[in-house]
Amino acid sequence: MSDYRTEELLIEVIARLLDGVENIAVGVLSPIPGSASILAQSRAGGPGKVRVSVIGAKLPGYRTDGGVDLFDQAAQGRLGAFFLSGGQIDGAGNINLLGVGDYPGSEARWSGSFGSAFLYSLVPRVILFREEHTPRTLVDKVDFISAAGSNEPNVYRPGGPHALVTNRCLFMFDKARGRFRLESVHPGESIDSVRENTGFEFDCPAEVPETPAPDAATLKTIRRDIAPLIADPYPKFAAEVLGYAAPGHAAE
Amino acid sequence: MADPKILPDVETLAARIPDGAKLAIFKDNGVAMEATRALIRRGARGLHIVTVPTSAFQAELLIAAGCVGTIETSGVTMWELGQAPAFVRAVKTGAVRILDSTCPAIYSQIQAGEKGIPFIPIRGLIGSDLLTVRDDYKVIDNPFGPDDAPDPIVALPAIRPDVALFHAPRADRAGNVFIGGQTELKTIAHAAHKSYVTVEEIVEDSLMEDETAGGVTIPAMYITGVAHAPKGAWPLPMPGYYPGDTDYVAQYCQAARSEEGLAQWLASEGLVPRAAAE
Repeated sequence: MSDYRTEELLIEVIARLLDGVENIAVGVLSPIPGSASILAQSRAGGPGKVRVSVIGAKLPGYRTDGGVDLFDQAAQGRLGAFFLSGGQIDGAGNINLLGVGDYPGSEARWSGSFGSAFLYSLVPRVILFREEHTPRTLVDKVDFISAAGSNEPNVYRPGGPHALVTNRCLFMFDKARGRFRLESVHPGESIDSVRENTGFEFDCPAEVPETPAPDAATLKTIRRDIAPLIADPYPKFAAEVLGYAAPGHAAE
Repeated sequence: MADPKILPDVETLAARIPDGAKLAIFKDNGVAMEATRALIRRGARGLHIVTVPTSAFQAELLIAAGCVGTIETSGVTMWELGQAPAFVRAVKTGAVRILDSTCPAIYSQIQAGEKGIPFIPIRGLIGSDLLTVRDDYKVIDNPFGPDDAPDPIVALPAIRPDVALFHAPRADRAGNVFIGGQTELKTIAHAAHKSYVTVEEIVEDSLMEDETAGGVTIPAMYITGVAHAPKGAWPLPMPGYYPGDTDYVAQYCQAARSEEGLAQWLASEGLVPRAAAE
């Protein structure tokens, strides 16, 4: 019987992946990566040590300097980590945010590729985050490459996939091999359950450890210190998941 | 007329944006929703929308009302409310032509338009299928790279919109427009041939003579026309003035799940061409 929520486990997993990064940006619809970034910042010693920008935030400390600025930071190498997701993610680290079927989305059409085609190439530590871990989302080959997992050696490519976090496990991306390696399975999961639910092949050692759960101090930090910060711009998430009622929003 | 850039109302502003125009719209706190409704009421057709760099309810509504021929975008989404229903239908059926892009590409192309240069190089993108579906995106060799090591880099054509349309906090009577922190609006206005702006307030004192405001104000030389439109971003938020009306947008999303529901919603909101409404 666990005393934490899956979201809190994922916040802990992602925060550890951000260790050592000095400038982190968080895109839209990303309350869990946003919370994890603020946790990583808190562990590193606060805003004086690590800069976190949360797109959509109105709090001055987490505000971005506009969209152009974010992309310029990435192109210059000022941005250490970013998060991307995908309607489909394949075993070579290609991501698809656009749709399924013939272009422009004969079977399913999603929103569009957003900044992925650029940021994936340029930000050194891109963490892929997709809670749904099924053969539908983690596929052998994406229908449309919004952003490619790797490039030919002659292409300028300082950035790329670092890890893939789902609600079942943590994969690390092996750049040399161009594929994922199972790093840890979340409590209640196994190598077999991960394999059954993954549409691509991945590297897997004989023994895979369980993902460490957040400790009591971390849970306290998340619920007491991070919830009020992530409530801007994610009041619903702060209320329903972390139990923090921002002014004007009721907790569950 | 003493203030030639101040238009009598939003309907007049919408009448100046012609059918088929390449129209740049902004994603953040500067969305001209009342002008968007006026475009729908005037029955605009065949617009080529450029979303800088994404859009939500504005592009969705223009598509829903049949105003759009082409959409050039990095993404149209209703964010936490899910997919943009009319956008998805129009793209799947081909009713609207889509030019799929990526956010920094659109920003860079607008910056190239601002500079008066024909194209602009951009890092990244190589390996993306966007390069396959966009035949106006080219991969060139970095002309400044070493001779013995090819350095492929993407070149993008400049974008000079026919018209930029956005909403801002205030303008003065000369047509100078205060934009505050929405710095990308300056770039868009510089790039566009014409810029039409709606504002919450029209102030009597010159914004350019106020040192604090002047740096975050677009000079009137870039502004073609301004219309006073209080609550002009509603139902989207206008910081410092009013929050967004998420319930209203959610009701739209619910109604727009079917073609019939969408048509009923548009009619009930008066979002039909005036000729048809009469």
